[in-house]
Amino acid sequence: MKSSVGQFRFWAIGLASVWLTLFVFFPNLLVILTSFLTRDPQATVSLPINADSYVRTLDLLYLQVLWDSLRMSLLAMVFCLVVGYPFAMAIVSLPKRWQPVIVFLVILPFWTNSLVRTYAIQFILGNQGIINKALLGLGLIDKPLQLLYTQFAVILGLCYILLPFMVLPLYSALEKLDVRLHHAAKDLGAGPLSRFWHITVPLTSPGIVAGCLMVLLPAMGMFYISDLLGGAKNLLLGNVIKTQFLHTRDWPFGSAFSVILIVLLGFMLWLYFRASRFVSKQGGLNGSDF
Amino acid sequence: MAPIFRWGFMGLVLTLIYIPILVLVVNSFNASKYGIKWGGFTFKWYEKFWNNDGLMTAALNSLTVSIVAASVATVIGTLAAVALHRYQFKGKALLSSMVFVSMLTPEIVMAISLLIVFMALGIKLGFISLVIGHITFCLPFVIVAVYSRLKGFDMKMLEAARDLGASESSIFWKIILPLALPAIASGWLLSFTLSLDDVIVSAFVTGPGYEILPLKVYSMVRVGVSPEVNAISTILLVVSLVLVVISQLLLREDK
Repeated sequence: MKSSVGQFRFWAIGLASVWLTLFVFFPNLLVILTSFLTRDPQATVSLPINADSYVRTLDLLYLQVLWDSLRMSLLAMVFCLVVGYPFAMAIVSLPKRWQPVIVFLVILPFWTNSLVRTYAIQFILGNQGIINKALLGLGLIDKPLQLLYTQFAVILGLCYILLPFMVLPLYSALEKLDVRLHHAAKDLGAGPLSRFWHITVPLTSPGIVAGCLMVLLPAMGMFYISDLLGGAKNLLLGNVIKTQFLHTRDWPFGSAFSVILIVLLGFMLWLYFRASRFVSKQGGLNGSDF
Repeated sequence: MAPIFRWGFMGLVLTLIYIPILVLVVNSFNASKYGIKWGGFTFKWYEKFWNNDGLMTAALNSLTVSIVAASVATVIGTLAAVALHRYQFKGKALLSSMVFVSMLTPEIVMAISLLIVFMALGIKLGFISLVIGHITFCLPFVIVAVYSRLKGFDMKMLEAARDLGASESSIFWKIILPLALPAIASGWLLSFTLSLDDVIVSAFVTGPGYEILPLKVYSMVRVGVSPEVNAISTILLVVSLVLVVISQLLLREDK
């Protein structure tokens, strides 16, 4: 009897632990290690250990790409927040039985192919796309607007694909908000705007940070969105990493760019835990859920 | 917010979310090649897809990878969820934070880290590497789905079973598994759709000899208009939508 308990336990804990150590923990360490190695035409990477790859990211050309990528991703994040926050507030204000339906409708596209949906946007924004045809048809413009292959198109595509990731954590943060606080503040004479700034925003700050994290980080990596909507000029960090790994085969340089993303993830997680501690209530996306 | 404004805003956002999907689906039945004008209803793009051997092979490969990856991820993930729920063990905090981190890691970082580890371990890029990669990103979703279902359980039932002499594995097979089955099934379906739709991880860990559908679609849409892409896209969209709706219904049952 004792041994059967032990055996089941052993497999239940062991399989996932080994898998995650071998294919998540260990690989991430290897990325950091690779970023300090030297490119080798024969063996892909080799010694000596140095920080050359990081020095090279400071090259003006790559700084420009990094900045463009960061700016597009940040704008997408801000736009998602500006749309997502009122959207999540609107969901919370619905009757309880309607809330899951709307949440489901927002998340549903997340489970479908995002490449295909990006392609659909390309279809709509193109010179022969619906928007241009409609505007031409109405006589508002003489020649098609260049919507596709612009930074605007990339930002729009990112928002479109990533909006659910913003709405979800915001919704679960807003749902936990104690309405009595609002009533109390109202009784004490606080206006709607002041209640929003001094109660709603601070108390949902973990949700805000979680949403921003879940939009910003994937946004920087989604190479196919910039590829299909931005053309050759408007690159995301993901395009640079992909080129370094699959075409130029400069793995240390590509890894250095990825380490930038890992550092950014660490920083945002730190922000998130700080915000959660500040709210001190259990947030939606929390490590202690396990 | 006034109710009309509220519903209007939500309606607008949801409409904008679904319009591109609708446009794609409608165009997959459009006889006009460039989709500029409605040229009449047709199935010919679906036929073209059906008769294209390269695409069909890629589709079959995709199905194989997704089924294998979803199944393995579901087994490992279910066991892990049970372990996290039932046992206290050394490294539990580490295991749960690895699950947490692997969910938040940007896909591109996961993709290159897997590529590097395959290289280090000498695993050839192709079917095996794809399956391992897909299992890795599906695993946390299964664990979370099953774990949150287990959290709603009445633990006394399990204690009673143990007091009456049930072994750990029969508790698992006779009590936990049947009760968690909807969540496990939903975890499998979600893993399957995630795997079927993945582009980023696959782009890095597939080999030249093993083509899968999303990467085929990617290379096709990069080159230019080819209407059979609309047909493939519609199929992929519909498959995912149906599976996700089923998985959600499974979770809603007997709550």
